[in-house]
Amino acid sequence: MFYREAGDFKTSYASDSQTFPIRFDRWRYYAILAVAFGVVPFFINDYWANAVFVPFLIYAIAAIGLNILTGYCGQVSLGTGGFMAVGAYAVYKLMTAFPDVPILIHVLLAGGITAAVGVLFGLPSLRIKGFYLAVATLAAQFFLVWLFNKVPWFYNHSASGQISAPERAMFGVPVTGATATAPVKYLFCLAILFALAWLARNLTRGTLGRKWMAIRDMDIAAEIIGVNPLTTKLSAFAISSFYIGVAGALFFSVYLGAVEVGEAFGIQKSFLILFMIIIGGLGSIFGSFAGAAFLVLLPVLLKNLLVGQLGWATDLAAHVELMIVGALIVIFLIAEPHGLAQLWRLAKEKLRLWPFPH
Amino acid sequence: MNAMNPDGYTTADGRRIGPVLMEMKSITLRFGGVKAITDISFDIREGEIRAIIGPNGAGKSSMLNVISGFYVPQEGEVWFRGERRGPMRPYAVARLGIARTFQNIALFDGMSVLDNIMTGRLTRMKAGLLSQAIWWGAAEKEETANREKVEKIIDFLEIQNIRKTPVGRLPYGLKKRVELARALAAEPMLLLLDEPMAGMNVEEKEDMCRFILDVNDEFGTTIALIEHDMGVVMDLSDRVVVMDYGRKIGDGTPDEVRANPDVINAYLGVAHD
Repeated sequence: MFYREAGDFKTSYASDSQTFPIRFDRWRYYAILAVAFGVVPFFINDYWANAVFVPFLIYAIAAIGLNILTGYCGQVSLGTGGFMAVGAYAVYKLMTAFPDVPILIHVLLAGGITAAVGVLFGLPSLRIKGFYLAVATLAAQFFLVWLFNKVPWFYNHSASGQISAPERAMFGVPVTGATATAPVKYLFCLAILFALAWLARNLTRGTLGRKWMAIRDMDIAAEIIGVNPLTTKLSAFAISSFYIGVAGALFFSVYLGAVEVGEAFGIQKSFLILFMIIIGGLGSIFGSFAGAAFLVLLPVLLKNLLVGQLGWATDLAAHVELMIVGALIVIFLIAEPHGLAQLWRLAKEKLRLWPFPH
Repeated sequence: MNAMNPDGYTTADGRRIGPVLMEMKSITLRFGGVKAITDISFDIREGEIRAIIGPNGAGKSSMLNVISGFYVPQEGEVWFRGERRGPMRPYAVARLGIARTFQNIALFDGMSVLDNIMTGRLTRMKAGLLSQAIWWGAAEKEETANREKVEKIIDFLEIQNIRKTPVGRLPYGLKKRVELARALAAEPMLLLLDEPMAGMNVEEKEDMCRFILDVNDEFGTTIALIEHDMGVVMDLSDRVVVMDYGRKIGDGTPDEVRANPDVINAYLGVAHD
């Protein structure tokens, strides 16, 4: 009833191409932002931050990054875990080398370093497509994990081979390390996610986004209308890797605190983030959020239900959880291959006509 | 004969045909041992509608692919606007002002009609990455300015009502029209149409003919097209190149071509007596 375009007149092309063309959508979005920035930080505790909010925010950044590459530009990548590891190790080296620089600068620089590595591993995409490219990025995944295990310089020759985040601050408030509080960690990740999501939305609706989608939908036609495949594909690799690198840096420094590379950034991480964008919706920023929320929340919910409510043994619940998540992914691929974002779009189309569909 | 005048001439219906825009000189194209095109020369003049016809497998589409930079001929020269064009990637050819449509529609199915047509203007959008990322300044201005141009083309081709529809949902005839719109959005000097009427019913063909004539008339765009429907070709075009088995067997006005015995043989077969 209130979800209507009627009466919401567009008088310029600029207002017609805005992100939320329907007024109700805009207000809903502002409300969510207000709650996320203004209310949640006052109520968040360590459990909620570590189990739900911080991983969700970080995975959402990674999912947006992979969605730019796979969903928008059509280049399948299985190297996400490896690129996250690049971000993590880059931020670790920077944090230990320059302790006085604000942590935000380190995180962004780590993203930049990952972007350069991403471009390097994106070069084969100019010659190979589809499954073959996926295999090439898989090589990146294994090579990078092997590299960070093998070369002691990356983990500052620590005896355990692990990296652990020292205490680093932003405006004098500790963000990483043992003394960082839940609201600070949450707000730090939220602010970065908000900025990156906004930039991603702008990039994907403008010239560059159209170039990416043209390459995705039909690369031959894209070249005929004047899209340079070399620069377009590499820009997608660079920007996608920047996002994934930032996510990796946050995952290590803010969320986990200490990391063993094969465990935290192994192949299963690549698949997890790929599942997020497939379930959430390829080629959709909202889908990246939805997919990250789904795959972060589902295990938490199932665990609470099976262990907390039904009193199952923890190991049994963990196995059943894997089966349920797997089954849901298969069901999703069959029932709605375009993911949660498509369900959301359909719901909105229905809502526009509700309650008078004729 | 007025068609030989190097500076151009005015047609019977009052359109101005200019000097030579594109010239193909002795083009030969081979795929391994197979010769797709053998020693073909012809020119395209500014403002004219130039048809390339011939039976299936004559090498017409290969010729169009040579013009649009998809294939590089082994022998021969391609001249565009008085300059020799070296081997070039297709996206560089697009930036010279040559746009095309495809025999099998090559639209971007995941994008809306509007976005598809906007891609036609990519070569003219120059805003930097930063401006695009924050949607401010040059990028925003450019987006609006180009949207205005695109809206004019949408009006011209009468597809206002499907502006925001994903292309994948459209029927065949409309897809062909959207593809024409995307090519037009580039404001090309030379527009290449590969069988624009293939698979259409009579009504859709008439619409498409009208649009082609209007494009030529209103924007002064030079058009080179491949088409099988002889009625359409003879009505639309100023001059016709006829190909058969990769060779040129006729070139001239529709009337000249129609009277050419080689052309009659190629289309109707030779009488054995």
